[in-house]
Amino acid sequence: MSKDFSLHPELASTFALPVDLLYFLLVAISAFFTVAIVVVVIIFCVKYRRRSDDERPKPIHGSLPLELAWSIIPFFICMGIFTLGADMFFRMYRAPADAIDVYVVGKQWMWKIQHPEGKREINELHVPVNTPVRLTMTSEDVIHAFSIPAFRTKRDVVPGRYNTMWFESTKVGEYHLFCAEYCGTQHSTMIGKVVVMEEQDYQNWLSGGAAGESMAEAGMRQFDQLGCATCHKNQSGGRGPTLTGVYGSPVQLASGDIVVADESYIRESILQPTSQVVNGYQPIMPTFQGQISEETLLQLITYIKSLSEPTE
Amino acid sequence: MTTTVTPESPAAADHGAENYLNHEYGIKSWLLTVDHKRIGLLYLITTTMFFALGGVFAGLIRLELMTPQGDMFQADTYNKLFTMHGVAMIFFFLIPSVPAVLGNFVLPLMIGAKDVAFPRLNLLSWYCYITGGSLATFAIVAGGVDTGWTFYTPYSSTYSDGFVALALTGVFINGFSSILTGVNFLTTIHKMRAPGMTWFRLPLFIWAHYATSLMMILGTPVVAITLLLVALENLLGIGIFNPDLGGDPILMQHLFWFYSHPAVYIMIVPGFGVISEVIACFSRKAIFGYSFVAFSSLAIALLGFLVWGHHMFTTGQSVYASMVFSFITFFIAVPTAVKIFNWTATMYRGSIDLKTPMLYAIGFMGLFLIGGLTGTFLSTLAMDVHLHDTYFVVSHFHYVMVGGMVMAYLSGLHFWWPKMTGRLYDELMAKTGAVLIFLGFNLTFFPQFVLGYLGMPRRYHVYPEEFQILHVASTGGATVLGLGYIIMFGCLIYSLFRGAKAGPNPWTAKGLEWEIESPPIAHNFHETPIVTSEPYAYEEEDVLLADKASH
Amino acid sequence: MSSSASHPALRHYFDDLQQQHESATMGMWAFLAQEIMFFGGLFAGYTVYRFKYFNAFVTGSNLLPLEWGGLNTVILIASSFTVAMAVRCAQQGQHKSIFNWFIATMVLGIAFLGVKSIEYSHKYHDHLIPGLNFTWDGPMAGPMKIFFSFYFVMTGMHALHMVIGVGLMIWLMPKIRAGKFGPEYYSPIENFGLYWHFVDIVWIFLFPLLYLIGRHIQ
Repeated sequence: MSKDFSLHPELASTFALPVDLLYFLLVAISAFFTVAIVVVVIIFCVKYRRRSDDERPKPIHGSLPLELAWSIIPFFICMGIFTLGADMFFRMYRAPADAIDVYVVGKQWMWKIQHPEGKREINELHVPVNTPVRLTMTSEDVIHAFSIPAFRTKRDVVPGRYNTMWFESTKVGEYHLFCAEYCGTQHSTMIGKVVVMEEQDYQNWLSGGAAGESMAEAGMRQFDQLGCATCHKNQSGGRGPTLTGVYGSPVQLASGDIVVADESYIRESILQPTSQVVNGYQPIMPTFQGQISEETLLQLITYIKSLSEPTE
Repeated sequence: MTTTVTPESPAAADHGAENYLNHEYGIKSWLLTVDHKRIGLLYLITTTMFFALGGVFAGLIRLELMTPQGDMFQADTYNKLFTMHGVAMIFFFLIPSVPAVLGNFVLPLMIGAKDVAFPRLNLLSWYCYITGGSLATFAIVAGGVDTGWTFYTPYSSTYSDGFVALALTGVFINGFSSILTGVNFLTTIHKMRAPGMTWFRLPLFIWAHYATSLMMILGTPVVAITLLLVALENLLGIGIFNPDLGGDPILMQHLFWFYSHPAVYIMIVPGFGVISEVIACFSRKAIFGYSFVAFSSLAIALLGFLVWGHHMFTTGQSVYASMVFSFITFFIAVPTAVKIFNWTATMYRGSIDLKTPMLYAIGFMGLFLIGGLTGTFLSTLAMDVHLHDTYFVVSHFHYVMVGGMVMAYLSGLHFWWPKMTGRLYDELMAKTGAVLIFLGFNLTFFPQFVLGYLGMPRRYHVYPEEFQILHVASTGGATVLGLGYIIMFGCLIYSLFRGAKAGPNPWTAKGLEWEIESPPIAHNFHETPIVTSEPYAYEEEDVLLADKASH
Repeated sequence: MSSSASHPALRHYFDDLQQQHESATMGMWAFLAQEIMFFGGLFAGYTVYRFKYFNAFVTGSNLLPLEWGGLNTVILIASSFTVAMAVRCAQQGQHKSIFNWFIATMVLGIAFLGVKSIEYSHKYHDHLIPGLNFTWDGPMAGPMKIFFSFYFVMTGMHALHMVIGVGLMIWLMPKIRAGKFGPEYYSPIENFGLYWHFVDIVWIFLFPLLYLIGRHIQ
C-alpha cells in the first residue's frame, strides 16, 4: 500500500484506469463550469457595483434562446456522462465467464473468505494477478460492504441474499480492504487487505498449509450429514428432484414460472423450501433456516455446482 | 407595487409603536400564539438550539478525526456522535429552517395576507417539532443512538441496542410538523393572495415554497410509516425487514429513500427561493428568466420523487433499475443549472451592492455549484461504485447542505432580520462572520473530496495513517467555520440590544413585506394591499426608494 | 361575498366565509393526499411480500375471518352513508338531523372497532400476534409472520384512524348541538365527512387485499 501522498489510489485493476479517466473528465467539466461562473460573478460584482444610491438598472426579463441554450447544452453533457458511466457500470457488474470464484461471508466485524480449493482466510483475500475473480458474498448479520479502493470497486454485502462483484487485478501488491457500509461498533476496524500474487505464487499459497478438503468436498460431506441425500438422489425418482446438472439450468416451478437455478435459487430452496416448489413435487422439504451457517450453505452450493460440471 | 398603505405608516417604526412583538406580553402569549410571525421566531430559537447541538457533535467528531487512532472516544460513542449529528441537523435544523423560520414569517407578508390559512395548525406544527425534538434529545441524553441518521435495517431493527425506537418516535412526530406546514403553505398560497397578486406576480420565494410544500405533503408520510415499521421491528420483532424471517432489508432502503431524496430538495428549494429574492434586491434588478426559475422549482419537486435509487447503486438492485435512476438524476441537473445561470444573468448590468445577505448569496452560488456538480459524479454509475459510502459523498452533501442551504438560510436571515426584529446589525461584523464561514467551510470540506477518492470510508472512527494530513486540514477548517458561526450569531444577538432601528425598507427592496413597518404590526397590513405591478419591478420610480432608513 | 362579515365562525384573517370554506376544504384534501402516501408505504411493502411469498399470504389470508371482515365492510359503508347524510343536513340547516346522523355514524364506527377487537382477541388466542405471542409450526414460519405483521400494522393503523374519527365526532357533538353549523358554515362537518370517507376507502382496499387472497382457489 503506497504511503506517498496522491490524489488517487493505486491503479491495481482493469477498472482503475477507466474510472480514473472518467473522474478526471468530470473534474475538468466541473472545474470549467465552476471557474466560469465564479469568474463571471466576480467580474459582475466589480463591473456593475453600485456607484450611487439612486441607480436604477434597466430590467432584462429573459431570453428564450439563452434559456434553451443553457438547458440543452448541459443536458447533452449530462447524457454523455451518463452513457460513459452506465456503460462502464454494466461491465463492472458482469463477471466474465472464466472468472474464478471466491466466497465471502461478512459478519460483525470480520471478513471470512473461502476459496473453492478449501483455503480459508480472515480479513485477507489472496488472488492471482491478471485473472478475473468473482466474489459471491453474503452477510451473517447486518449489511456490510466489500470495498477495494485500489480496484475502484465495491458491493454491499447483504444478509439473506448473495451479491456478486468481480475484478481483474493488474498489479502485484497489497491493497486496502474496507467495510464500506456502517455496521455497528467496530465498523472502522472491519478492514483487511487484498494480496495480489503472481499465478505461481498463488498456486503455492493455495496448496500450502495443512491439507484440507475443498469446498465441494465439504459440501458433499454436509449433504450426507444433513440428510439431503435421503430425498435428492443421483438420478430422478427420489422424493426430491435430483440435483445432478441442476445448477445453471432452467427449472419449472409448481406455480408455472421458470427460473434459472443459480446460487440464490439454491440458497432459497434450502432456507425457504416451500416458497419455490419444483413442478411435480410435494412441498415436504423441511427448512434449514437457522440450522446451518452461511459458510456451510456456500459449501453445499459449491458441491451442487460441481454436479453440473463436466468431469474435470 | 402600489398599495393602499398610508404614507405615514413608515414612521411607526419608532419607540412607542405597537408591533407584533410588544402588543402582548407574557410567556402564554408566546407559547399559545397563533401569529405566524411569532411562530417563526419560536422556530428560530428552537432550530438554532438544534443547530448548536448538531454543531457541538460535529466539533467533537472533527476533534476525534484529527488522529488516526480512536483516542478521544470509544467506538460506540463515536458512532452515536455522527448519528445524532445527522439526526439533529437534518430533521431538526435543515428541514424546518427556511420554511418554518423565514417562510412562516415572510410568506403571508409577501402575498399580502394577514396570516396563514390555518394559524392554529401552524402552532400545532411547532409543538410537533418540539415534542419530536425533545424525544430525540432525550434519546441522545439517555444513552444515544448509533444507527446513523439513515437507520438502515437490520442493524437498527435487530442489532442496535441504543434508544432507537425512542429516537424514531421523535423523528416520526416531527414529521407531522413538516406535513402540517406543507398543508398550511399550500392552502395559503392558493387561497390567500391579495387582490391583484396573480400567480405570475408572486415572488420566487413563494414558488419555491409551493414546490417545497408539495414535497413535504407527499414525501414525509412515506418515511413516517417506514420509521414506524423499523421502530415496531426494533421493539416487537415483527420481522418485516428481518432476513432470518425472509424479510428484505433493502426494502427498507427503498421506502426510506423514497422520502429522503425529496427531503434533500425540501431542504434546498426554499433556499433557492431566498437566493432569488436577495440577488434581485442587491442587483436591483428583476430576476432574469422568472418563469424558468419558477417552473424549475416544480420540475425539481417532481423529478425528485423519481430518483431515490441513486442512493442504492451498490446494494445489488437490478442493474437496469440503477440505470433508470441514474438517467433521471441527470435530468434534475438541468433545472438546477438553469437557476444558477439565471441568477448570474440577473447580476449582469445590475447595480450590485455587496451587503451581508448578498455576500452569503454569492457564496451560496459558488459552493452550491461545487456541491451540485459533485452530485453528477455520484449519479454517474461507474463513478459511484468507487465513491459510494466514502468521504466524497460526505463532502458532496455538506457542500450542498452547508455551503448551499445554511448559507442561503443565513442570507435570508440577514435579509429579513431588520423586518423581523426592527434592528440593523453591524455590517462589518456580519461580513466578517460570512467570510470566515465561507473560508472555514471550504477548508473543512474540500480535503474530504480527496479523502473520498482515495477510498476513505465514511462513518469511520479510526483510519489508516496516510489519511491523516487531510483530516488535520479538515479539522483546522472546522475551527475557522465554528468561529465564523459564533461571530455571525454574536453579531445578530448584539443587534437586538444595540442595533440601530430599522425603517420599513433598509435594503430598498421590492415586495409587499418591505412596504410595512419593521417590525410589522400584529395583523401585518393596515389595509389589504392591492397589487398592480410585476414582481421585482426595480425600475419603477418609487417613493420608498428614497427611504434609506438609518444606515 | 356574502354578508358573512359578522358571522361568528369567520376568522379575522379571511375576507369572507367562502374563502374560509375553500381554504378548509383544500387543506383537508392536501391532508388526505398525505394520508394516501402514508398508507401507500404499507401497501407497497405488502405488494412486495405478496409477490415473494404468495403461498404464505394465501394461507394467512384464509385464517382471517371472512364473516367478521365482511360485516365490518358493510358497517363502514353504511357509516359513510350516514356521515354523508349528516353533511347534507348541515348544508340544508337541519340541525337536529345532523346530530342524529352523527350519532348513527359514531355507533357504526364503534361497532366496527368492536368487531375488530373480537378479531384481534381471537388472533391472540391462536398465537398469531407478531411481537406478542406468534408461533407457527408449519412451513414458511417467517413469511407467515410477515403476513400477520402486515395484517396487524395495516388494520391497526386503520383502526387508529377510526378511533381518531370517533374522537373527532365526540368533539364536534357539542357544537352540533349548539346549532353552530348551517348552510353558511358547515365546513367542519364536510371535512370530517371527507376524512371519514377516506378511512372507509382505505378499508375497501384492505379487506380484499388481506381477507380475500386466493379464496377462489380453496
